[in-house]
Amino acid sequence: MLNKVRAWVEDRTGLESGIGHFLNEDIPASSGWHQVFGSMALFMFLVQVFTGIMMALNYAPTTAEAHSSLRYILTELTAGRLMRGLHHWGASMMICIVVLHMVQVFLWGAYKKPREATWMLGVVLLLLTLGFGLTGYLLPWDNRAYWGTVVTTQIAAKAPGMGPYILTLLGSEDGQIGSVTFARFYAAHVLILPAVTALLIFLHVYLVRRHGVAPAPVETAPPIKFYPRQVFKDTVAIFAMFALLFVLAVAVRVPLGKLADPNDVSYIPRPEWYFLFLFQVLKYFEGPLEIVGSMILPGIAVVLLFLTPFIDRGKAIALRQRTGAIGVLVLSLIGWGALTAAALSTTPHRDPWKGFTAEEMAAIGTFRQAECWKCHSSSPGDSRPGPNLADIAVLRDRDWLVKHFKDASAEAGKSVKDLQWRRLATFLPKLDDENVESLHQTPQTLVAGAVVYQQNNCGACHQINGAGMKSGPGLNGVAKRWDRKWMEEHFIDPESKSPGTIMPAYKFSPADMTAMLDYMMSLTD
Amino acid sequence: MKPPSPEEPRRGFLIASINGLMGLITAALALPSAGYLLGGSKAKRPADWVPAGDLAKLEQNVPEQIVFERVRRDGWKTVKEKASAWMVKTSEKEVVAFSPVCTHLGCAVSWDGSAKTFACPCHTSSFGTDGKVLAGPAPRALDRFAVKMDGTTILLGEIRQADKA
Repeated sequence: MLNKVRAWVEDRTGLESGIGHFLNEDIPASSGWHQVFGSMALFMFLVQVFTGIMMALNYAPTTAEAHSSLRYILTELTAGRLMRGLHHWGASMMICIVVLHMVQVFLWGAYKKPREATWMLGVVLLLLTLGFGLTGYLLPWDNRAYWGTVVTTQIAAKAPGMGPYILTLLGSEDGQIGSVTFARFYAAHVLILPAVTALLIFLHVYLVRRHGVAPAPVETAPPIKFYPRQVFKDTVAIFAMFALLFVLAVAVRVPLGKLADPNDVSYIPRPEWYFLFLFQVLKYFEGPLEIVGSMILPGIAVVLLFLTPFIDRGKAIALRQRTGAIGVLVLSLIGWGALTAAALSTTPHRDPWKGFTAEEMAAIGTFRQAECWKCHSSSPGDSRPGPNLADIAVLRDRDWLVKHFKDASAEAGKSVKDLQWRRLATFLPKLDDENVESLHQTPQTLVAGAVVYQQNNCGACHQINGAGMKSGPGLNGVAKRWDRKWMEEHFIDPESKSPGTIMPAYKFSPADMTAMLDYMMSLTD
Repeated sequence: MKPPSPEEPRRGFLIASINGLMGLITAALALPSAGYLLGGSKAKRPADWVPAGDLAKLEQNVPEQIVFERVRRDGWKTVKEKASAWMVKTSEKEVVAFSPVCTHLGCAVSWDGSAKTFACPCHTSSFGTDGKVLAGPAPRALDRFAVKMDGTTILLGEIRQADKA
């Protein structure tokens, strides 16, 4: 019966003989592990298509709902975080594989006559892959996405003569990023780029088949079949890559930041790692020269890459005879690496607790006092039994949390005041991927200082990070106005430092005084 | 498949490896995807009790459609929306609140005063004032809201399935 169906399908479609024809292609006997990258890139593309479709099934592509629907995928759906992890790390991995593929083809001189068109299609595919990265970057619609895309579109806006047209095309007529830009990026990411990429991959593979896999300088053995020896190598390489991707997706949490906020001036925009070198180049060209870094140099690089088969027309394909080509490759890799490293090393770090109010800092104290961290993880790659607290706002409400605190602490024999629990229950839902690590990263002395601050009700007169009253001076940046010693004496005897003040004297224990002063000195503007 | 040729003694091993590894990859994608698409939301929130009319204003055994506002979790959104229930006052203190959704294929049922039945406009199912199926393809009686009284205010909770008719 099965054989009959098979025969029918073969007779009507030629499916089986077609697959057989594809797999039984002759390839040079020298083919081997160095030629697995093309198959790996194709496989990565399929993984991206699959995980992309999976996410699209639960994603609302508008500025109003993109962030909340992605949050829903990440926090409420089984394997939602895995899907996004695979897609996110898959994008980076795809860039790596595509570059490795090009390096291999370059080293083996496989772009030479008659394979020039295959190479040029490959360069276009590289650009398309980067296009996926650029457009996909906006889709989470968090601060990272928003500010990254602001910079991208502003660079495009500076194209001489065409700037305004490019901006309009990107849906940013007035220079602002909003619904239209979002729609354009989304459409490019899920409609235009996949269709064009799939077509070009087809043509690329067709050309590989037309010209055959590039042979070694001297082929001694007769050709072998593609299947199963080379397919086996391709499959092993694909499996190793997929296993690594899967582990990354499970173990390394991809953050979803705060909802895109055009007014958040504290955010430090940084592009994805594979664009960092371009980002760094922009720092070296100022004023009218900026265009050199933003367009002319990258443009020249792309044209050179595209025309490589015509620049290097030498017949030599053995590595030893091609020192010039190797030199170019090594120099490009060093240049790229150095620029990326420079960009990474100059990325400023912002401590997530810097914006917390004293009450929120004191809530961290409660968290530590009650040893909640014994069950709950608050950093990527950390897998404790309790849920990760970056998701808690979606999963639980405040009343539930307070009850949970009481039950869990009663079991562990901890005694904590109700008021502290309520503050912790107010604080935890404010945590997200960007600041959840503050639970264990915030220096204990600052937390202790904030607890002292709360116990003495300092907020009745003073303000920190927008919380508290204003009858006394605000405390942000107080370290710039007074030094530590002055402040210590002021706590002990305010009248001696500022005559006529209404601030009462505070007799802290030495430990409390140290913590309080540490906390005061840490408050930034 | 062809029998192994002398040049390729490991052919069987290679083919088995290819199929095995591809199978593993497929499973690693397919199983989480099944959970992702079939698992539903992990954040379960029981429906709040919402006020829906005044019992004192209802006439005994005369069904009346009461429209009320409720908050519902709609995927990633929390929406405030209008919903309705068919209220049948059964005694001075008791009321039954039927979901207006036909248990056959989800059309909205309405009260036919002359026939004294809830009639479905789609496939002519009809239900009595006790919700039981009188005619048509409906598989079970009308679903009911959980009902709680606060004075004379009717509070509605979750919708529960009635037993099969």
